[in-house]
This record gives sequence, C-alpha cells and structure tokens, in this order.
Amino acid sequence: MNYEAVIGLEVHVQIKTHSKVFTRVAAGYGQPANTLTDPVVLALPGTLPVMNKAALDAAIKAGLLLNAAIAPVCKWDRKNYFYPDSPKNYQISQYDQPICVGGAVEIELPGPARNVMGAHRLVPLTRIHLEEDVGKLHHSATESLVDYNRAGTPLLEIVSEPEMHSAEEAFAYLTSLRATMIYGGISDCDMEKGQLRCDANISIRPVGETKLGTKVELKNLNSISFVRDGIDLEIKRQVAVLERGGVLIQETRDYDGQTGTSQSLRSKEMAHDYRYFPDPDLMPVKVDAAWQERLRAECPELPLAKQRRFAERYQLPYTLTSVLVWQRALADYFEETVRLAGLDQAQVVGNWIVNDLLRELAAPAAPGLAEAKVRPSHLAALVQLVGSGAVRAHAAKEIFTEMFATGESPEAIADRRGLKAAPTDAGELEQWCRAAIAGNAKAQAEFRAGKDSAINAFKGPVMKAAKGRADPPRVDAMLRQLLAGP
Amino acid sequence: MSSAPHLDLDHVAKLARLALTAAEQAEFSRQLGEVLHHIEQLAKVDVTGVEPTAHAFPVVNVWGEDVARPGLPVEAALRNAPAQRDHLIVVPKVVE
Amino acid sequence: MADELFFKSIAELGDLLAARTVSATELTRAVLARTQAVEGRLHAFNSRDEAEALAQAGASDARRAAGQARGPLDGIPVGLKDVIAVAGQPLTASSRMLANFVSPYDATVTARLKAAGAVFWGRLNCDEFAMGSSTENSAFGPTSNPWDLTRVPGGSSGGSAAALAAGAAIATLGSDTGGSIRQPAALCGVVGLKPTYGLVSRYGLVAFASSLDQIGPLTRTVEDAAIMLGALAGHDPLDSTSFPADIPDYRAELKRRPGPWRLGIPKEYFGAGLDPEVQAAVERAMDFYRAQGCTLQEVSLPHTQYCLDTYYIIATAEASSNLARYDGVRYGHRSTAAKDAVDLYRQSRAEGFGAEVKRRIILGTYVLSSGYYDAYYLRAQKVRTLIRQDFLNAYREVDALLTPTSPVPAFKLGEKSDPLALYLCDIYTIGVNLAGLPAVSVPCGFTAGGLPIGLQLIGRPFDEANLLALAGAYERGHDWHRRTPSL
Ligand SMILES: [Mg+2]
Ligand SMILES: [Zn+2]
Repeated sequence: MNYEAVIGLEVHVQIKTHSKVFTRVAAGYGQPANTLTDPVVLALPGTLPVMNKAALDAAIKAGLLLNAAIAPVCKWDRKNYFYPDSPKNYQISQYDQPICVGGAVEIELPGPARNVMGAHRLVPLTRIHLEEDVGKLHHSATESLVDYNRAGTPLLEIVSEPEMHSAEEAFAYLTSLRATMIYGGISDCDMEKGQLRCDANISIRPVGETKLGTKVELKNLNSISFVRDGIDLEIKRQVAVLERGGVLIQETRDYDGQTGTSQSLRSKEMAHDYRYFPDPDLMPVKVDAAWQERLRAECPELPLAKQRRFAERYQLPYTLTSVLVWQRALADYFEETVRLAGLDQAQVVGNWIVNDLLRELAAPAAPGLAEAKVRPSHLAALVQLVGSGAVRAHAAKEIFTEMFATGESPEAIADRRGLKAAPTDAGELEQWCRAAIAGNAKAQAEFRAGKDSAINAFKGPVMKAAKGRADPPRVDAMLRQLLAGP
Repeated sequence: MSSAPHLDLDHVAKLARLALTAAEQAEFSRQLGEVLHHIEQLAKVDVTGVEPTAHAFPVVNVWGEDVARPGLPVEAALRNAPAQRDHLIVVPKVVE
Repeated sequence: MADELFFKSIAELGDLLAARTVSATELTRAVLARTQAVEGRLHAFNSRDEAEALAQAGASDARRAAGQARGPLDGIPVGLKDVIAVAGQPLTASSRMLANFVSPYDATVTARLKAAGAVFWGRLNCDEFAMGSSTENSAFGPTSNPWDLTRVPGGSSGGSAAALAAGAAIATLGSDTGGSIRQPAALCGVVGLKPTYGLVSRYGLVAFASSLDQIGPLTRTVEDAAIMLGALAGHDPLDSTSFPADIPDYRAELKRRPGPWRLGIPKEYFGAGLDPEVQAAVERAMDFYRAQGCTLQEVSLPHTQYCLDTYYIIATAEASSNLARYDGVRYGHRSTAAKDAVDLYRQSRAEGFGAEVKRRIILGTYVLSSGYYDAYYLRAQKVRTLIRQDFLNAYREVDALLTPTSPVPAFKLGEKSDPLALYLCDIYTIGVNLAGLPAVSVPCGFTAGGLPIGLQLIGRPFDEANLLALAGAYERGHDWHRRTPSL
C-alpha cells in the first residue's frame, strides 16, 4: 500500500530582546549559571510580571511577515504544570486568544536539478503566540542541576497546520521560516544555542484517505538536518509498523540525531491537564491599526519574494538568486553593488559575489560579510574596470583576492602591481610573441604541420610576460600572423 | 454542575503535587464535599450574555520598555536554595 | 486616647516628633518595651529586629536634626504583616514552607514606607498565606485578641490588628483578599482600610488571589489611615494591575469633604446570622449619620448570596496556581524524603503547607481542572460581573454603603473548626473584593462583654477621599477608638 505522511510543525523561536519577556533583567546566552536572574525570574514570593514592549513588537512583526491576522485584543493565560526548569510551576502563555492567527510560510521545494527552481507553495499556519522560555536542566547520574538564565526569555510559538507531506517539505518550511525570522530581526535562530527549536507531529495514512492517522510527536529535532532526518525516519518507522500488521500508538518520541534513532519517551504519569486560566497579574494587549502599520513599515521583503524580484529585475539565473536571497546582508550587498556598477552589470556582479566573494568568506579565519574589507563600492569599481577593458579578467581575479585581503581600491592595486591592460602597443606584443615562438620549436613545427591547437602552447608564456595586460584575442591574432610568416 | 459534584481527590492531589495522608484524604473529602455542595447554587444564576470579569479595573497595554536592568548577583539568587553546587540548584534526578 | 506614647496616633506623634518633644528613638523604645510586655500573651509577631528598628529610629532622628524630616511617618514604628517583602528580612507568610526564607528585595509598599521615613517594627503573624479569618491557621501558632486573650483577633491580618490594638505598633500593614484587613480591624477595635483594587501596588505581597489581594493600613484613627494611604498609594510600574489613578492628599481631603452623604443600606447584609449586638451597634451608627443630615436608603445587592461561592472559586483557583511555586526547589521547605523530582514536590508541599492551605489548593486545582473550568471558574467570573454591577447600580443612588464588617464579634480560639463556618465570617467583606471597591472598617461600639464591633463603609472605586471623610465624620462623633484594651 502507498502511504501519505501528514506533518505539522511546532516551532519555538527565541525573540532577540535585551531583557526578558516579563521582567527587565538581561536575557542572553552563554553566561555563567544563574547570573541572569532577578526576583521575578526566580518566582520569589510576591513578584509580578510586566510585559516587554519589544517582545510584543516582535510577535506582531512575525505575524505581519507571515501574513497572519493580528488579534485586535489578546490576553495572557497560565499553563500550569510542575517541572524544575519552570520557576513558577506555570508558564505564562496564550491559550485561546493568541496574538496572531492564521498566516502562512512560503516554501520552495527542491527542483529537479540543483540549477532548476523547485515548486513553491504556502504552508498554512494555525497560530503564533508569545510565551516565556523555561530554565535549563543538566542531568547527572543521580541529580538534576538547574540554571535559570534562560527562564523568562521571550518565545514565539509558531504552529503550522498539519499540511506538509514529506521530510523535504518540513525542511523547506523550517529553512524559510528561519530565514524569515532572521530577516525580520526577530531572532538569530541559532539552533545550537536553542534559539529555534522544533517539534513535529507526524502521522501517515493510505493515499486517498482523508481521516488522519495516529499522531506521533517527535521531539528534540535540534538542527535543521535532524528535522529532515528525524521526520524521514519516523515516516519509515510508521510505514514499517503498519506493513507488518502492527498498530501505531499515540506517543511522544525523542529523536537522537547522533545515532539517527528515536525512542518512545516513557508515558507520562497522567494525561496533561494544564488548567489554563487567564493570568490575573497581566492586562490584555490591544493592537490598533497604527501600531500594526508602524511595524509593517519595518517589515523587510522576504527571501522568496526577493528571489522573484531578482530574477525579474536583474535577469539573474536561478543559480544566482537561489544563493543570493537567503542571507539578507548578501542580497543587500548585491543590490548595492549593482546600484554602483550599473544594472547591465547585474549578472557579472552576481557571479563575483556567488563565486569569488563567498569563496573568500568561506576560507578559515575569513571575516564575516559585515566585517569584510571588500565593500560594494570596491566590487563595483572592479566590475567597471573590467567592463571598460582597463583590466583583463585574469588580472581582475588577482585584484579581487588582494582587495579582499587589504581593502585597497582595485585601481590602486592594479596600478601598483602593473595589472592594467596596456594601451595598444603592437611592438611590445610582437616582441613577447616572437620570444614565445622562438622558445618552443616543437610546437612551432607541429602548428606548421597543421595541428592548430599547438598554438596554445605559446599563449602561456605570452600572458606571463604580459603580466595579464595582454588581450587574449589579440595575442591569438598576433601569434597566427607571426607563425604564418617566414 | 446540576448533578452532585464528584471530586476525585487522588487525581486532584496528584495534579497539585500534594501528598495527602489517609486522614487528610478522609477529612478533605468530607469538607470539600460540603463546600462543593454549597457552591452548587451558582448553577442557578443566569449568566447568559454576561462577560466574565478578569480584572476589576482593566487597562490595556501595560508594559515596560526593553531596557535591561541589573538582576540579582548569583549568591543572592541562590541564597535561599536548599541545595546548590557550582552555582546550580540541585534537585533529585528528574525522570521523564 | 491613652497617655502612653505607644497608644498615640500617627497624627499626634507627628506633632510631638516635629516639636522635638519626643524623639523617634524614644518612641521606638516605648513601642519595643510595650511589645516585650505584651507579646508573651499576644503572639502577634513572627519575628522582630530590635537593633534594626532602633537604627532606623536613630536615622530618623538624625534627619530631623538636620532639618530633613520626610513627613508625618518619619520615625513612626510600623509593623508589616508577614506577607510583605523587606530586603534582608524574613518573609514567612506564617508558613512552615517559608520558615527560613529571607527576602532579597523590597515590596513597593516597603520601599515607599522607607522613603517616608517609617521605622519597621516586626513581621506580624497571620493565617498561613493569608488564608483564614482567625489567624489560627498560622504555622507558628495563633495570635490572641488583646481585648480577650481567649478569643481570636480575626484574620488573616490578625497579628497586624492585635499588635496595633495592644500598642505594639503605631500602625500596621495588612492585606485583604476577602476581608483580611477589615474583619480583624473590627474584631480588635481599630481602623482597617482596604483600598480600591489597583490603588496600592501588590509587588512584594505574597500572592494569595491576585485579582482580589490589596495591601492596606490598619491604624488607630481615620486620619492615620489617610496618612498611611498617602504614602502607600500610587501607580507602580512593577505591578501591571496597578491603576494609574490620581492620588489626592487624603489627609487634607478629610477636612475638605464635609458631606452630607447619601448612604445605602444593603438589605441583604442584615439577614440571618447577624449578631444582635453587632446589628444594634450598626443601627446606632445609621442614626448618627441621619442626625448629621445624611440620607439613608435601603438598597439591594441581589447577588450577595452568591458572593461566598464566587469568592471561593476564584480565590482558590488563583491560589492553587500562585502557590505552585512553593516546591522546595529554589527556596522554601524541602523534604529530605524525596526519591525523585515529582516526589520532591509532593513531599515538600505536604510537609510545608498546613491543612487550610492544602484544602484551598485542592479546591482551586479541582475547579480549574479539565472538564470543570467552564462550570466553575468561568461561571464564577461571570457571576463576579453581576456582583460588581450590583454595587455600581447602587452607586447611582448613593455615595457609599454602610454595613456591619463582621456578622459576629471575636469568637473563641478553636471555636470554629469547620471550614464552612469560618468562611461565613467573610460574608460582608468579600463582595467588596470581588467588585474591587474600597472599604473601611471603623470601631462602632462594644458588646456587653467588652468586645469591639466594626462598622463597614464601602465607597466608590478610587474614591478613598470621600470614603475616609465619611468614616472620619463618624469617628469625630464617637470615642470608641480612644479605648484601649487592658493587657
Ligand atoms: Mg505547545
Ligand atoms: Zn510553547
């Protein structure tokens, strides 16, 4: 039988704020244990929460970026459960009135080949709500150790509809969602730091069936590739269970990315009963049109929209757009360079960035894009030098490498190193060509015997002597002229 | 709420993370039964179309600006902790 | 008022301090000595820090000598109910759970009183986590009523009322969730003010029921209540439920608001269960107001009969969640018997909480649990709306309501062992909390047996100025508040 997988993702994204969501002590990662607390974080007797305006802004912005409806009024609820990482033993969250409802994440599926764009589709969202993160537990053999630094960090919970059908779709969803959050400045989404965390609800059903199968919750998908591998594994596991006549049980499974296996978490002592009720310590949030518009004005163009625009406006091939758009800084770098170099140079600029700039940035110990010494003005100047014929392509590569290292202007590098294409000097060119022919009697004989490709043997020495200043077509012409002579 | 309320004390005590002695179970069952019986009369009130009151004097958008202020030094944060090691709070092993 | 310093009002002492007739140190020593003398019989205090109090008094004297006195509370010994945080001081909520807890931070009211120059004198006993009406639910033993040591002082702010009535403090703070300031004030013969919800910050008040709790003063006179409220009231950015209301000069307003007032008498507050002596005293108070030119009219608060149930659902539900933090992990009592984390909670909470707290946590957990939320909590919130509307409707015709504070005077220690019987002590006070209104209890007489009786006046939201003026008018016409217990 053929099965169809049905997948919904629940993604938690830590919002990048200076202070925590319900108190103004600093939020952060990598600090010594229990140094980011205050009486509110520790839930000391008598403490009360106060909302963080920036966390609300971020939640609304996330909703706007994902085309969700922003609730005109939302409120706070307490989700009651006991766990040592939860200082109050309730989590302040949003139950029946989330801040954002609906919306969608646009995803791009893998194309038939690497250089061919895949299909795009919208994965609908159920809701986005704001809540607080918990602390962190470290386990030893006999004890658990608690660090509350993370407790109270603002979290967005983004819940998709169960409308993905493969691990690839889930992967594409997470890739797009992550880029959106980074683009919007909402989060850095570093999964290693737990800034983006993903749980998946997975079921399978025979193709054609509309009823949902038994749902399994897969936890600890803590890298993007684990999401793909874990979901893939779970779908295969479920199919295998059904095919050997087994029955799936509703359970929570823990995925171990290191071993590529998953195991059932011991079923909880009792079914969850979170006893949600409105938090009496917090007042509702009312979002008016003016507030929404203020944030809408800050919303950037998203990667896939940018991809469409780059293809149209700059006539870029998919091989370039698919690389340029996923990093906002890289896309901005491209557009700024094109602005300076001229629209007709867009593809040339794109090639420089995708091939040369990214290669240099990928080197060990290379700076990040923001710190790179090569600025768009440098690259634009170089592109213009090549375009005007002042610098040959071969020399330009050398100039770029040096420019990346030093941040010097391309003109200065070309002048200092004599890498500018010489103004036509037939005498000099003839001299280099004669010397090259004289230096290789064997090739001379072969060419004269009719082996045309033998001419290439002279070009290297000519180019070397010219230090890149020679124009290859002219070198070719001069060689043929001399070889044809006596 | 029309029928007599049933309080599954065992279940509720588990939810509330309270270990109750047998004597407490018996006493609470009886006392809470009486209280719940009394509370039954609320079912008689017609609340059709009545909005719930969550706050006596609601205002909206009460927040602070996102400026981090100093918190507690770790020693002060852990001063009341029953058990700690290396600035972490120690609890018996958490089993899932 | 008696001659002893420790029985004087803030207003009187303020004059003496200003005139340098008495120093803050002398006053504090007098209160400390009085406390020494009576505390063995009273048990109003959970802890006391004499050295700290004297140091604060000394600082006050130094300020005054430098011409930098901060106002009427500078140098006045004020006791705090042991549910209000003071940095560096114990905060027990009269619970075994917090027996060793020391607060690293100040409540907002603490910070405000410090800024006003008050001298902190002691942490006062109360019902555990403010749950009770007799102070018998304290893990550290009950407090006695100074008027009759075999009787309760009321509760939950029983220590605050008893210490004040006995001269072991000049003013105290209590907290009032369902009557916990007003009822003990009535039973101990002092003034107790429960402010409008949101007028005084709850930051640093150990939460019982967040939507009902308010901190307020217990004082010897209405003027003192106005002085205290002036220091306590005002918007606090640390409490999201703190209301951005304008704060008048309550003390000055006392003289500017002469009345007469239109007073409503809620008929539902004079039914079965009301002690005849209490009823008679309250009726004499009505006569007084009539004689002052006030109009009195009967009003109806038709949902009064549902107040108790509504209150017990909302208060216990909120409490069950508010008290979840007491788990023996970060602070508080930790059981040594626990095998794992779940067991740690169950055992620590079983050992740390007393019976009444457990009962309310169980009830609150139950009413919020799956399948019961709509029938209990949500319904109670809707009935709460109706209860609020009753009061607001009444205020279309009257300026304030007049009722007994407690249906009965102080009862014997151990007399009311049944929770439901004890819950009925609050029937006249809890409607005020559900509606979020301000109310004050003022002494209005004594029983033949010498027990104080309290008159409750209920005002419009954030209209403490008129409410206190109304109470002050009664006080000026009587001298109940000048009587002191013989201890
Ligand atoms: Mg969730
Ligand atoms: Zn969540």
